[in-house]
Amino acid sequence: MLRLPRFELRQPTSLGEAVTLLREEGAGAMVMAGGTDLLPNMKHELFTPRVVVSLGRVPELRGITRDPDGTLVVGAMARIAEIASSESVRKQAPALAQAAGLVAGPQLRRAGTIGGNVLLDTRCQYYNQSYFWRSALGFCLKKDGVVCHVVAGGSRCVAAASADCAPALMTLGAVLEIVGANGHRTVAIDEFWLGDGIVNRRLAVGEILVAIRIPPTPPGHRGAYGKLRERGSIDFPLLGVACRLDVGDGDRVEHGDLVLTALAARPKRIPQAASRLVSTRLGTEEFRAAIDELGALAHRQCHTLANVPGDQEWRREMIPVYVRRTLQAAAAGNGPVHHV
Amino acid sequence: MASRDIHGIDAPWGAFRHVGRDLRKVDGLAKATGAAMYTDDIALPGMLHAKTLRSPHAHARIRSIDAADALRLAGVHAVITGEHLPVTYGILPWTQDETALAVGKVRFVGEPVAAVAAVDEDAANAALKLIRVEYEPLHAYLDPFESLARHDPPIHEGRKDGNVSKHVHLAFGDVDAALAEADVVIEDDYVFHGTTHAAIEPHCAVGHYGADGVLTVWSSTQITHYVHRALARVLDVPAHRIRVIQPCLGGAFGGKSDPFSLEFVVAKLAMTTGRPVKMLYTREEVFYTHRGRHPMHMRYRTGATREGRLVGVDATIVIDGGAYSSYGLVTTYYAGQLLTGPYAFATYRFDSTRAFTNKPPCGPKRGHGSVQPRFAFEVQLDELASTLEIDPIEIRRRNLLGEHTTTVNGQRITSNGFARCLDVVEHASNWKTRHGQLPFGRGMGVAGSMYISGTNYPIYPNPMPQAAVQLKIDRSGLVTVFTGANDIGQGSNSIAQYLVAEELGLALDQVRVVSADTDLCPVDLGAYSSRETFMVGNALIDACRKVRPLVVRAVADHWQVDPSRVRFVDGVVVELDDPPLQPAGVAVGGEARPGASPPDAAAGRRWMTAAEAFQLAEARFDTLGATGAYNTPTLGGDYRGGTIGAAPAYSFTAHVVEVSVDVETGRITCEKVWIAHDCGRALNPMLVAGQMEGSAYMGVAEALMEAHGVNRFGLHAGPSLLDYRIPTTVDTPELAALIVESLDPEGPYGAKEAGEGPLHPAIPAISNAVFDAVGIRLKHLPFTPGKVLAALRARKDAAAGTPAPALAGGAR
Ligand SMILES: Cc1cc2nc3c(=O)[nH]c(=O)nc-3n(C[C@H](O)[C@H](O)[C@H](O)COP(=O)(O)OP(=O)(O)OC[C@H]3O[C@@H](n4cnc5c(N)ncnc54)[C@H](O)[C@@H]3O)c2cc1C
Ligand code: SF4
Repeated sequence: MLRLPRFELRQPTSLGEAVTLLREEGAGAMVMAGGTDLLPNMKHELFTPRVVVSLGRVPELRGITRDPDGTLVVGAMARIAEIASSESVRKQAPALAQAAGLVAGPQLRRAGTIGGNVLLDTRCQYYNQSYFWRSALGFCLKKDGVVCHVVAGGSRCVAAASADCAPALMTLGAVLEIVGANGHRTVAIDEFWLGDGIVNRRLAVGEILVAIRIPPTPPGHRGAYGKLRERGSIDFPLLGVACRLDVGDGDRVEHGDLVLTALAARPKRIPQAASRLVSTRLGTEEFRAAIDELGALAHRQCHTLANVPGDQEWRREMIPVYVRRTLQAAAAGNGPVHHV
Repeated sequence: MASRDIHGIDAPWGAFRHVGRDLRKVDGLAKATGAAMYTDDIALPGMLHAKTLRSPHAHARIRSIDAADALRLAGVHAVITGEHLPVTYGILPWTQDETALAVGKVRFVGEPVAAVAAVDEDAANAALKLIRVEYEPLHAYLDPFESLARHDPPIHEGRKDGNVSKHVHLAFGDVDAALAEADVVIEDDYVFHGTTHAAIEPHCAVGHYGADGVLTVWSSTQITHYVHRALARVLDVPAHRIRVIQPCLGGAFGGKSDPFSLEFVVAKLAMTTGRPVKMLYTREEVFYTHRGRHPMHMRYRTGATREGRLVGVDATIVIDGGAYSSYGLVTTYYAGQLLTGPYAFATYRFDSTRAFTNKPPCGPKRGHGSVQPRFAFEVQLDELASTLEIDPIEIRRRNLLGEHTTTVNGQRITSNGFARCLDVVEHASNWKTRHGQLPFGRGMGVAGSMYISGTNYPIYPNPMPQAAVQLKIDRSGLVTVFTGANDIGQGSNSIAQYLVAEELGLALDQVRVVSADTDLCPVDLGAYSSRETFMVGNALIDACRKVRPLVVRAVADHWQVDPSRVRFVDGVVVELDDPPLQPAGVAVGGEARPGASPPDAAAGRRWMTAAEAFQLAEARFDTLGATGAYNTPTLGGDYRGGTIGAAPAYSFTAHVVEVSVDVETGRITCEKVWIAHDCGRALNPMLVAGQMEGSAYMGVAEALMEAHGVNRFGLHAGPSLLDYRIPTTVDTPELAALIVESLDPEGPYGAKEAGEGPLHPAIPAISNAVFDAVGIRLKHLPFTPGKVLAALRARKDAAAGTPAPALAGGAR
């Protein structure tokens, strides 16, 4: 078995204590939620924290509650399995429930958290490997090296955003609640990302993601998630498609959104989705034409790279198929789109 | 073969008591509860942990190694390199081309270069980072065709045939004439990509060098005996001072049937440090150790008459061997030699070449050497059927080889249940009303195969028995079986228990099995070539039949009756009526157990426990025990290589597979596999079905998901179980195991193999089913969605524009 490098484990029992600890330890510390991404990455010597601060005993981060205004407040430590099966999430944010249900496999969904999922490190076939393997390759930009093996001559890392829940949260207009040594802040998830595969999110050293706020969705809200992967379980996405359709009177779309992931460093929204979908009527030729067109648009706008292992051309070819199927599933009020 | 090697197919006491039942495995509960002791569970006082430094280069000369800093690190006890273990080894006597740690050069990324023993794994790992190796990189050969085209620098120096690992060319009859006269000839190229075993237990070994000068190595091996021999050779310790033990094993599938670096390294380090030393491979290291299924590029030409009778098969095969020979010599033969059933063809020729490349070495994986050609041939046969408009099952029937016959390459065939296998899958799958008639996107395919049940060819030629056992019969009523056989999860220990209990009329818990310990057990060659049940089974029956008469006689004399009136049933000895009841009609109830009086006792008949019987016999004849052995008869064709692939019996399999194809995503879903397998006699139908299901599962995975390879940098493409995708439960099709029993005249009670044969047809049957579903022929593995989409597009283009190339007469 690969060994976990030595580290000091700290287990604060309150949010305040956790913030203090992180401030004291600075860049040498890392936060651990479920540890399902952190620990494998430590074994691969991608992360080398001296101190690991576990959030497992911090009560403020748990649970899924609803604010009086209908906002769903999902604690950062809510388990992926909890989210997949929560009645309120399924009703108010079906795309999120579906995405959560397709994260990894059953054991990992019980251990992994939504916070850890949003903050999942970007992935690349030349990066998520052991130290020996990476050293034999000569390392890469993202860790210990100076070149990129995906984009020859590239000066920017394009490791793939691979969290299933992130695109779903984007279609839901989620807001992240963060605390740090300088206090409390909120940020719209759309504003959270950076286009850099080395670090793709704006979270300062010592900051803790506390909760994810999902604004109320209208009664006609529908959403779905489509996930392309080789196996029916365990595997990270080869492509993820989240969509949203808010449907009003006469089955007319009042709001629409489409976000894809597992392409490059951050999830990618198809900006024309809203305008193209709004005011079409579900079940009509016009709606079908709209989703076909969005599939073609997404195909044009999204490029697959050799960051994710497997057949890049096939992944690209699947973009219109998964866009169409996911929008269809949302329209029909079902989903997820997944091969098993 | 001595007559003692054939024991008949009948129950020893009239009717089978254990054989034919769905019995638990002897180690089933221990494994399920976590109590089983695997090699990594061994912890000895003062034990050190060892780690391996591996090559970061695919091909390089080693200029220097400096371990001074590593040796200075606290907790480090020893560092060894190739110079400490320079003696070559290899599983086959003719190709001893490996060393435990690289000597002079490295030939693939991940090759062992040095090893450290330290107080724990962390210290050993830290020391590895301090070892400085200077390399001079050489051109890396990643493609077998390139290896064959040039060999400067060669991968192995001093060979007269460059990078050729092995070349075999054999011809039987005039293939060219037969194909020239054939009504139809199909010619095409097929590619098998390469897969690995992915056993869940990684390789592990523990070495101990005792004060008595005895070296003990515990290893997760499936070939204790060959490891024993190799250790003696490499370490220069006489074999009688070496003991090799295989603890409980977590899967092998052929991936633990070579001697491996870690076995020599723990032994050497134990001898160097005076401490026990353990080495456990990481998953990544298992991928470098590999020995998985060879990639093969295969060109087949098959000719037939208008009626679909095969007249000739011509094959040219290029095999990507990786960096070392391993079993490659055998693989190169098997690739051709094992194709000559279950169909008869009058002429046959094959030319196979194994090339060295700078990749982890390939070797034997479940269905060694024959899964790849079988895939190619069964797809070609299907194409022949569709070209001639003959039902695919029917064309197979028209070419049946039959039983008690000889193949075109001179292999003796005994029992053959293939015709019944075809009937069974045809019926179970409702083939007649469904094949060719399902809606577009759904289809069914068939394929057949034959596989060896043991091989007559021991890995080093010798006239001694291939399987041997010893029985110890104890006053307590216990019989201990000592067998060198390696139980790798296939259940050989369980089979030993059932057979001895059957032969000696004991309850199952009166038989315990000690296996795979070279100090205690007579030599057995190991778990490969599907030989254990067949060979060890015969050896067990041999041993039982030597000792049983003594016990029977002791009881008969005690009762003063004829020995024919003494019967053992489930551990109780009863006196039969005079004359005996009908042979099978033992009236003793199934519940009879030692200690409880059987119903017959009430009827006034005499009885005693087996323990009492053993005591009578021991008093009369002295300590009771027996040895038993098995050797194959003289088999095989009378030509160089003619004995390779010659088996004392062959198993036969037919699959029907049902698939659905999503024409938009290209994804193939294997919906159901009907597996009919002729295993001779199912000694334990549950174990047979388990092997059939496990085989089919593995075959489906190789067709659709698993791919073992290196990337353009010469690095393993993804040495983890996240990137090497073995199917999960949700990816596994419904599997129907349909056992066919042909009762082989030479197998133990008629049994043959079941562990490897049932894998073969899965892969071609999927390709054939995809043809039925959407009209494309998949000839390059794995059948990825991208390839399916490309083939669908090509089919559409062909339909729209230029006519497709003629199917007959060579499509390429
Ligand atoms: C085999 C395997 C398959 C997987 N498949 C998938 C998949 O299909 N889809 C998918 O999306 N993911 C997958 N994952 C990744 C992972 O399991 C999930 O993303 C999971 O939700 C991560 O949550 P966690 O709580 O375990 O995160 P952790 O590993 O604990 O943390 C992840 C990162 O977030 C940081 N972090 C976590 N919580 C906080 C917080 N509250 N505040 C600040 N920083 C924080 C950590 O420091 C770390 O950098 C897989 C993982 C494995 C091992
Ligand atoms: S894209 Fe991959 S190879 Fe390139 S820098 Fe990022 S992690 Fe490294």
